[in-house]
Amino acid sequence: MPELSPLVIFIASIFTGNILLVYFLGMCSFLSVSRQIKTAFGLGIAVTFVLAITSAVNYIVYYYILLPFDIEYLRFIVFIATIAGVVQLLEMIIERFSEVLYINLGIFLPLITVNCAILGVSLFMIIRHYNFIQSVLFGAGSGIGWTLAIISMAAIRERLVEKKIPAALHGPGIALIIAGIMAMAFIGFSGIVQLQ
Amino acid sequence: MVSKIIITVLSVSGITGFLALILVIAEKIFADYGVCKVNINGEEDIEVDGGKSLLFALKEKKIFIPSACGGRGTCGYCKVRVIDGAGPLLPTEEPMLSKDEMKNNMRLACQVKVKKDIQIQIPEELFNIKEYKTNLALLKDLTYDIKLLHLELIEPKEINFKAGQYVQLETKPYGDIKETVMRAYSICSPSYEKNYIELMIRRVPDGICTTWVHDFLKEGEVLNIIGPMGEFYLREGESDIYLIAGGSGMAPIVSILYHILHEKIERNVLFFFGARTTKDLFYLDVMEYFEQNIPNFKFIPALSAATNKDKWEGEKGRITDVINKYIKDRDNSQAQGYLCGSPGMVKACINVLNSNNITNDRIFYDPFA
Repeated sequence: MPELSPLVIFIASIFTGNILLVYFLGMCSFLSVSRQIKTAFGLGIAVTFVLAITSAVNYIVYYYILLPFDIEYLRFIVFIATIAGVVQLLEMIIERFSEVLYINLGIFLPLITVNCAILGVSLFMIIRHYNFIQSVLFGAGSGIGWTLAIISMAAIRERLVEKKIPAALHGPGIALIIAGIMAMAFIGFSGIVQLQ
Repeated sequence: MVSKIIITVLSVSGITGFLALILVIAEKIFADYGVCKVNINGEEDIEVDGGKSLLFALKEKKIFIPSACGGRGTCGYCKVRVIDGAGPLLPTEEPMLSKDEMKNNMRLACQVKVKKDIQIQIPEELFNIKEYKTNLALLKDLTYDIKLLHLELIEPKEINFKAGQYVQLETKPYGDIKETVMRAYSICSPSYEKNYIELMIRRVPDGICTTWVHDFLKEGEVLNIIGPMGEFYLREGESDIYLIAGGSGMAPIVSILYHILHEKIERNVLFFFGARTTKDLFYLDVMEYFEQNIPNFKFIPALSAATNKDKWEGEKGRITDVINKYIKDRDNSQAQGYLCGSPGMVKACINVLNSNNITNDRIFYDPFA
């Protein structure tokens, strides 16, 4: 694989390789917390924050503990443990030091411990052999891409409230259809750069 | 092979152990808010461990804020006024508070965390709320669908309540019902009798608690109650008092009448009691006793569905019409109305009182929910 510039990875992970609309990871919170732009934004920022930090931590754990001991098959369980630990730690620190940040971000943190997008990013960076800088920017970019997707979704759903929707499609039904159309729209970006 | 297993076990436990250690240390450093002072109503300072929610911090100090959901932020009962020290309103509180309440600094005690010294305001009565262990000494039928429960206090041995207040009774699992529920019932015994309380409980078809009381409860059982609570009690004044009740709504009124008798209050008291037929009447002997011993008291039962079989010579017709008939020619400019009964009855009677010059600030009621 040719060495990609970290900046290219960053841009690509927002648009062409959007973690949510191209890889369909992190769908559960995407569907359940996308009713209001305000909360969607808060959750998006929290995901971005956690993604950037956990990709760095997991990079270190993988290349300095799992690989040397030849136990990289444990990466699933170890990654999840570190993600959960980091999220807890972040919540405590934020709650202590910034009330504003805690209100806007902290209350979403427990929601995203089990967000699969976060585990997904850590696994992708291993599979794609990214170096440390690339991994962190890939994590941050994926987070921004996820935020972009959930805010667009929330914006659409806020407008949907007034629209007539067939009864059977209320709630998740129409949300999944919208997600599908958005995913197709994102194919339009794929000409810019390819990640894989 | 063996070495691989050992390495696996060691590294997994090492990593998770390390994470756990970091979290424990972090909790000590970051989540330890030390001892915080909670100032209540500008008087009492209590010391609690910081980091907990206000609801649980107060509960540990035996101050019970009403809460039905157990601190999950879904019932909205645990509202308290926080004057200082709570930080900004949380998104989890917003749906439970009205605009006025937000302006008045009302907060949900279960969502507010005590992180520094905090100043709050709660109604004085809440200090008095305790959990009591009681012995069901007597269980008897008042009518075909109302039972009287006589509960002797075991621990604590004494209760202080205002006549008219209610307690919450905790049910026990029975039949197919596996959970316990809390239901509120007014105390009908005198407030100067501090060693026991009495409750009147009417059977509600398919009601979890009332079915249990009527079909499963036995004398001698130990029951838990929490109380006293409520804002339904006699207000001071010299004016006439109109008491209005239907069915087991008589309970708080009886307690208020004992209070009037005991305190030798000489205000004019009219008690309108609505029932369907003579089968629904009870406590007539107690009312007779009150009429003989309270100087200016009159008991006016009214039957809405009396037939010839009832041989009823008292008031007939709807309770609202009877009330109107008695009070329309009186001077009601200061009179107070006290109502307890079904929401529909309470609403209809409030309308009658309103149309007779009794404004809402002089009307007090306890509708059954």
